Amino acid sequence: MQTDYRQIFADGLWHQNTGLVVLLGLCPLLAITNTATNGLGLGLATILTLVFSNLTVSLARGLLRPEIRIPAYVLIIASVVTVVQLLMQAWLYDLYRVLGIFIPLIVTNCAIIGRAEAFASRNTPLPSIADGFATGLGFCLALVTLGALREIIGQGTLFSQAGLMFGEPGALLELTIIPDHPGFLLALLPPGAFISLGVLIAGRNWLNSRNVVRQELARSGLAE
Amino acid sequence: MVFASNKIFRSTVSLALVAVMGVTLLAAVNKLTEARIAEQEKKAILAQLGQLVAPDLYDNELQLDLFSFQNERYFPRGQTVVAYRARRDGMAVAVVLKMAAVNGYNGKINLLVGIKENGTLCGVRVISHKETPGLGDDIEVKRNDWILGFAGRFLGNPKPERWAVRRDGGEFDQFTGATITPRAVVEAVRLTLEFFEEQKLFLFESPSDSQSEDNS
Repeated sequence: MQTDYRQIFADGLWHQNTGLVVLLGLCPLLAITNTATNGLGLGLATILTLVFSNLTVSLARGLLRPEIRIPAYVLIIASVVTVVQLLMQAWLYDLYRVLGIFIPLIVTNCAIIGRAEAFASRNTPLPSIADGFATGLGFCLALVTLGALREIIGQGTLFSQAGLMFGEPGALLELTIIPDHPGFLLALLPPGAFISLGVLIAGRNWLNSRNVVRQELARSGLAE
Repeated sequence: MVFASNKIFRSTVSLALVAVMGVTLLAAVNKLTEARIAEQEKKAILAQLGQLVAPDLYDNELQLDLFSFQNERYFPRGQTVVAYRARRDGMAVAVVLKMAAVNGYNGKINLLVGIKENGTLCGVRVISHKETPGLGDDIEVKRNDWILGFAGRFLGNPKPERWAVRRDGGEFDQFTGATITPRAVVEAVRLTLEFFEEQKLFLFESPSDSQSEDNS
């Protein structure tokens, strides 16, 4: 069976986007996205986790008998997340401090165990890595978009504190979109998170339905 | 072996193997990152301490010359206070106290309070807090210069009865929409200064916690 990498990426980024379609991992998605930088930081940690976890599950799929596969997934994912946390604590210390409890909370992101079961346990390592990367990237894009939306509306900046978390090159990202912004607190608090996510999901659905209509028209046009 | 065909046995072995793999991976990564993590934590504490006591004022290793204590009267709710001593040629220069303001709007506010040997504040910094974003979090130096107003003050500047927020008849500004947070910080700093006045020798002369790197 030839792996359809295009489909893997199309699904991970758009059709089955974890944060905007499948709606898994909502806890970190809503809680960490008060700035785009926080969203980006957690998104990168999640991509790393998904790639390692999918790879490990795929490599171990021979061992995973059906009766014990779920405890095995939990074991593997918990180990992978702890490894990611240790790596971040060692090499991305400021980001680690800012993300705090949300790094170990990646364990509770159902998307990870979801991909382990739905894909990595039934496929070879290379496609599994691609699937992990695509799913993580889709979630990361949702995190950054939501974070950017809330940050711009809430405090008028974009990628604030990026220099603190990613070092010198990060500082280049920091922008002030709306100078002298009075601050719109609602966007930065949980209710604003829910509302903003709703807006994003609606936006994605609208864009998607436009595409579907276009495709239908093209197809019916050709059929005639 | 008859057991080999037993489903439960094989499941157990397979799960055990996964567990062993996981533990081995964790142990390896832990070992690999141990040193670097310790270094990062040391750097973080030093950076915070450095904001309060200029490095050229002392010559000892701040993060090693520390000791912990409790004092319910000045530092309530059972908190453990850590005192970092800065010395030059063995003589006391300043002490930085890691303590908590207990009457925050949403719980404790962890502070670093730097006090020079003569009782003047080097400064105060907020380490962590759970105050309301956009309102109480103006105590953070990144958001507002308010916390810088403590530097140079002592128990006489202002007078004891003026060591409060304006609303309480004192000299310190409160924030629009957030009085409780600055009130808690001012109170904590005042208590710390009072403790220093009473227990200065205790703070500087107590032996350091041997070999302990403060990791809290």
